[in-house]
Amino acid sequence: MGTFHQTIEKNVMLLLVLSLIVVSIGGIVEIAPLFYIESTIEKVGGIRPYTPLELEGRNIYIREGCYLCHSQQIRPFRDEVERYGHYSLAAESMYDHPFQWGSKRTGPDLARVGGRYSDEWHVAHMEDPRSVVPESVMPSYAFLAQQPLYYDDIAAHLRTNRIVGVPYTDEMIANARSDLEAQVHPEGDNAAFLKRYPKANIRDFDGNPTLVTELDALIAYLQLLGTMVDFQSYDAAKNYR
Amino acid sequence: MSPADAAAPANPLAIPVRSGALEYNEEVIKAFVIACVFWGVIGFAMGLYIALQLAYPWLNLDLPWTSFGRLRPVHTSAVIFAFGGNALIGTSFYVVQRTCRARLWGGPAAWIVFWGYQAFIVMAASGYVMGITQAREYAEPEWYTDIWLTIVWVIYLLIFVGTLLKREEPHIYVANWFYLSFIVTIAMLHIVNNLAVPVSFEGTKSYSLFAGVQDALTQWWYGHNAVGFFLTAGFLGMMYYFIPKQADRPVYSYRLSIVHFWALIFLYIWAGPHHLHYTALPDWAQTLGMTFSIMLWMPSWGGMINGMMTLSGAWDKLRTDPVLRLMVVAVAFYGMSTFEGPVMSIRSVNALSHYTDWTIGHVHSGALGWVGFITFGAIYFLVPKLWKRERLYSLRLVNVHFWTATIGIVLYITAMWISGILQGLMWRAYDQLGFLQYSFAETVEAMHPFYVIRALGGVLYLTGALIMVYNLWRTARGDVRAEAPIGAARPVLAGA
Repeated sequence: MGTFHQTIEKNVMLLLVLSLIVVSIGGIVEIAPLFYIESTIEKVGGIRPYTPLELEGRNIYIREGCYLCHSQQIRPFRDEVERYGHYSLAAESMYDHPFQWGSKRTGPDLARVGGRYSDEWHVAHMEDPRSVVPESVMPSYAFLAQQPLYYDDIAAHLRTNRIVGVPYTDEMIANARSDLEAQVHPEGDNAAFLKRYPKANIRDFDGNPTLVTELDALIAYLQLLGTMVDFQSYDAAKNYR
Repeated sequence: MSPADAAAPANPLAIPVRSGALEYNEEVIKAFVIACVFWGVIGFAMGLYIALQLAYPWLNLDLPWTSFGRLRPVHTSAVIFAFGGNALIGTSFYVVQRTCRARLWGGPAAWIVFWGYQAFIVMAASGYVMGITQAREYAEPEWYTDIWLTIVWVIYLLIFVGTLLKREEPHIYVANWFYLSFIVTIAMLHIVNNLAVPVSFEGTKSYSLFAGVQDALTQWWYGHNAVGFFLTAGFLGMMYYFIPKQADRPVYSYRLSIVHFWALIFLYIWAGPHHLHYTALPDWAQTLGMTFSIMLWMPSWGGMINGMMTLSGAWDKLRTDPVLRLMVVAVAFYGMSTFEGPVMSIRSVNALSHYTDWTIGHVHSGALGWVGFITFGAIYFLVPKLWKRERLYSLRLVNVHFWTATIGIVLYITAMWISGILQGLMWRAYDQLGFLQYSFAETVEAMHPFYVIRALGGVLYLTGALIMVYNLWRTARGDVRAEAPIGAARPVLAGA
């Protein structure tokens, strides 16, 4: 070992290059195959890109650091499946830039929170979490209901998502603004919106029809979470990796 | 060990003191030391505050910029990147000059790194409170801050390599291998994990290049190696210089340092998937991550043994030198948390520990015990030298700091072990009829007493740091406290 290593420890560039090679190997072997092994993402139906409103809601989820206390990743254990629902699939976050699986459950998992509570419950919970869950240690997010949603640049957000791989069409980008408004106005003509985003929830989420608020967007996102996949037709054995 | 082991590559004591007109650049190191202590206190205080928020949620104050979700990245970035980063850059500049017998390369560029790095910290933290975040743990800064850091980091690398290139010692001392691999690897991790497309160049928001499962593994490849290279390899560099100097003994084994260096940097990179056990990450990747995490135990303990055994023949100094005691207990915490880590990476253990406070406790035994204590030790070593003082203001205050902080850590990690395991068990508990026994809210309620104890641990750790600030300030002023030496024989009272 002596003479060989003496060469390395007398040559800065050799030490630098060898270190870089040694630290590169693990990442290349583990990460690179995820991009080309086809079975990495399961074959399921129902996954679509987020609607403009849901995408804005997701950005509020990111902004407030919700991922620091809530996971979005149900593990295949009996207790988790009974508590939260079917274990999470890779396909369910395939359009998530960035992923929000989380690493800590100070609060419960949210991967399938969509449809579990009413919009009214979410409004009350964001206003004052302890009014509906006395044991909760969650901060209050009352300001979301007051804050008008800023969405002038929503088309640019969709376009950026398309650059990183989300299949937003030209039509979706052109209609981004009107689609966002359509989702909170159930009384309007929503046929074209629903064609672009099948099964999207259309309603006034925060109970305040006069204003599109940040709370509208966040609840629209939460009510969607985990509801896209049709598990009746999902073949678990075939998709085992 | 054989006499050859005591030769220059493993023995900072064998490197002659530089003579002649050329002086080391020490002013910039002073600045890094001050910044390290300053951000350390802020980072610890922020940690205490968010710990209290979990025990008493009204402390979120119902304001957007004081909520837990925005302040938690301020805490983690302040302690990892501001406290730890300034310690690493500052000590690496000190160590590389001394062990190369060369003045820092690049002249004023070192000051660009200093101010550039402080600007990075301020840009990152001010962004978090305003809600500007990539929502990637420990990589929260948005694209413009990431680009800024990349530039600063490249200058840092150039200065470090430039200094190594003009060294007067034939060998590159072992501490510098670790510092160099830390700088290079962090550059690689930072660039790949932060690949993103901004929505507009006038705005702050970006979307990450990768999505879902690929994004998750990229992030935890980064996240785990922020631990492996920022909080481990870099601080091992610190250990390899300051422990031999403080103990006045050569490094225990040159051969061991070679073996564990290469093994450590090779294996660490593979360990990321253990953060994604039982998720939608394919099983093959999880298994690889677990296997390498367990193997990682060996080079980790190689480093611990090499640091610890450097005290061979000098163990008695632990009784009289509280600075050395801080360093050695740091290495002990390093050994403990690098044993705990592989255990937690085993899938069936992880099934219980993941998503719970056990992880938080594990991180803090490494961060408070290893990173914090080795840094405190290095700072206590450096301040009298940099400010040209004969010795520290008070060794007894170092002792008080040591005990206050140690008790704080013990309270912290035991509270988190209990709350983590308790919550993990409550989540999976079934009653006799086959129903889940506890609602999620009940498990949150059960955490309360442990969150209070954890916060108390934080109070003690912060108090210790404030005692250090006082001690360092008096030292820099040139004061010396009249006090009896530690460990000296006590006077025997006649007739007692």
